[in-house]
Amino acid sequence: MPPPDTTAGSPTPEESGGASTGEGVSTQKSDVAKGGATKGVAATELPRGAAPGIRFEKVVKRFGHNVVLRELDFTVGPGERVTLIGPSGSGKTTILRLLMTLEKLDDGLIWIGDETLWHMKRGDKRVPANQKHLHEMRKQVGMVFQQFNLFPNMNVLRNLTEGPVRVLGLSKDEAVERARGLLDMVGLADKIDAHPSQLSGGQQQRVAIARALAMQPKVLLLDEVTSALDPELVVGVQDLLRDIARQSDLTLLCVTHEMTFARDISDRVLMFDQGQIVEEGPPDQIFGEPSEQRTRDFLQAVLAT
Amino acid sequence: MDWNWDFTWEILPELLEGLRTTVIATLCGYVIALVLGLVWTLLRRSPSRILNQTVRWVTEFIRSTPLIPQLFFVFYVLPSWGLTIGPLTAGIITLGIHYSTYTAEVYRAGIADVPKGQWEACTAINLPRSRVWLDVILPQAIRRVIPTLGNYLIAMFKDSPMLLVINVSEVLLVAYQEGGRTYQYLEPITVVGVLFVVVSVISSILVRRLERRYATT
Ligand SMILES: Nc1ncnc2c1ncn2[C@@H]1O[C@H](COP(=O)(O)OP(=O)(O)O)[C@@H](O)[C@H]1O
Ligand SMILES: [Mg+2]
Repeated sequence: MPPPDTTAGSPTPEESGGASTGEGVSTQKSDVAKGGATKGVAATELPRGAAPGIRFEKVVKRFGHNVVLRELDFTVGPGERVTLIGPSGSGKTTILRLLMTLEKLDDGLIWIGDETLWHMKRGDKRVPANQKHLHEMRKQVGMVFQQFNLFPNMNVLRNLTEGPVRVLGLSKDEAVERARGLLDMVGLADKIDAHPSQLSGGQQQRVAIARALAMQPKVLLLDEVTSALDPELVVGVQDLLRDIARQSDLTLLCVTHEMTFARDISDRVLMFDQGQIVEEGPPDQIFGEPSEQRTRDFLQAVLAT
Repeated sequence: MDWNWDFTWEILPELLEGLRTTVIATLCGYVIALVLGLVWTLLRRSPSRILNQTVRWVTEFIRSTPLIPQLFFVFYVLPSWGLTIGPLTAGIITLGIHYSTYTAEVYRAGIADVPKGQWEACTAINLPRSRVWLDVILPQAIRRVIPTLGNYLIAMFKDSPMLLVINVSEVLLVAYQEGGRTYQYLEPITVVGVLFVVVSVISSILVRRLERRYATT
């Protein structure tokens, strides 16, 4: 494994972070302190440079008559790491899926940096985004799924090179080099030729994390990424994500029921219920001294399981 | 009635020649059915309502009418519109089109069986539509339906004697003509039956082998 290198080849946020136009969320790096160097993860493989912030503005999402998000407003700062908690059905997954364009937005605006995800500018009006706009916007966003969703018809290497070659236009060699670096980082260098079915759940999820990072997203979405894993495999994947979060400049949105993990990985916790933010604050506050009864009830229910 | 071995050996070369035609018609028809079926399936997913509904009803119509009238139509009706083709070609095309409406259903089921998460993973890495189909969905869908598609090859082989209604010299027609010439039907028709069993058993074994190969992973 190459030694951790936190500077080489990556622009500093000050160089690459363009001036914000005043609309949307600033792309300047927030003043959130990043953790120090950790062992394990080779930082060269991680996306560096200014990450965009995210803002939901009066976001509405319905499934039929079921209004899941009702004029939801919230902001995630550039490079900020936020954990969403809340009872099942409160809309956490829907929020991530809207950001990954897996669900259609019904109303409101979703900002990524100073652009809207679901709308494009036509003169001074905003019109619904076309495929091209969505394609451009999606380049900034990556997602890791609960069920991994690796491509079973491809080996591990091809899972990691497919996107970089077909979408980012990397040469085969460049993509393979990037894949090797990432597999090193997630500790699966020896599985490069394996098929997903030959891997354990934990290994599959590591590959899925590497696949998402191979696209060098600026925003990473994690939806209960350890809840489909056998208990003994959870910690390994969490440690990996913790290192990635500390050493990258990614804006991170994480849904998890693992409170210790949430505490480690996030700058801020948002407690959701029925599509609304009930309470928000630093992890120590939310988990230590929640002020809302609904938060206390939820945390108690989670701890009880 | 006694079995006449001399007569059997005498007609065997001709019957084998007929079997060759049968096999060729089946294989060529099968290739058409495999390709065209996939085309139907993809067109049915087209966002254009006119296109996908037209394809839906045309394939539905072809699937629910028998093969023999379709053979008559291609061989006897099309020429009156200026499209003349030989019996074997007409037979192959008809067989292929007819069965393409079945393989289309097979592909459709195979595609529906690919988990939703695969599509979502494609979106998450921003893969363009064409690549989603070529690299992710079709390889998985087709792998799943290879055994079913193999069974359709055997079904087509067993349907191919119907081509005799438009005078394709396939094995059953040859046997029938031999019988008519000599008034001895027992040997030619029995040999045809045996030949069909032999070819069907061989193809079943091959299909089973494919099945085993693609069932894993
Ligand atoms: N595809 C869908 N079709 C219909 N209803 C859905 C769909 N996805 C989610 N929902 C509904 O939206 C609500 C929020 O779901 P979700 O975002 O998955 O919550 P969480 O991730 O917080 O458990 C639930 O009531 C759920 O039933
Ligand atoms: Mg969920």
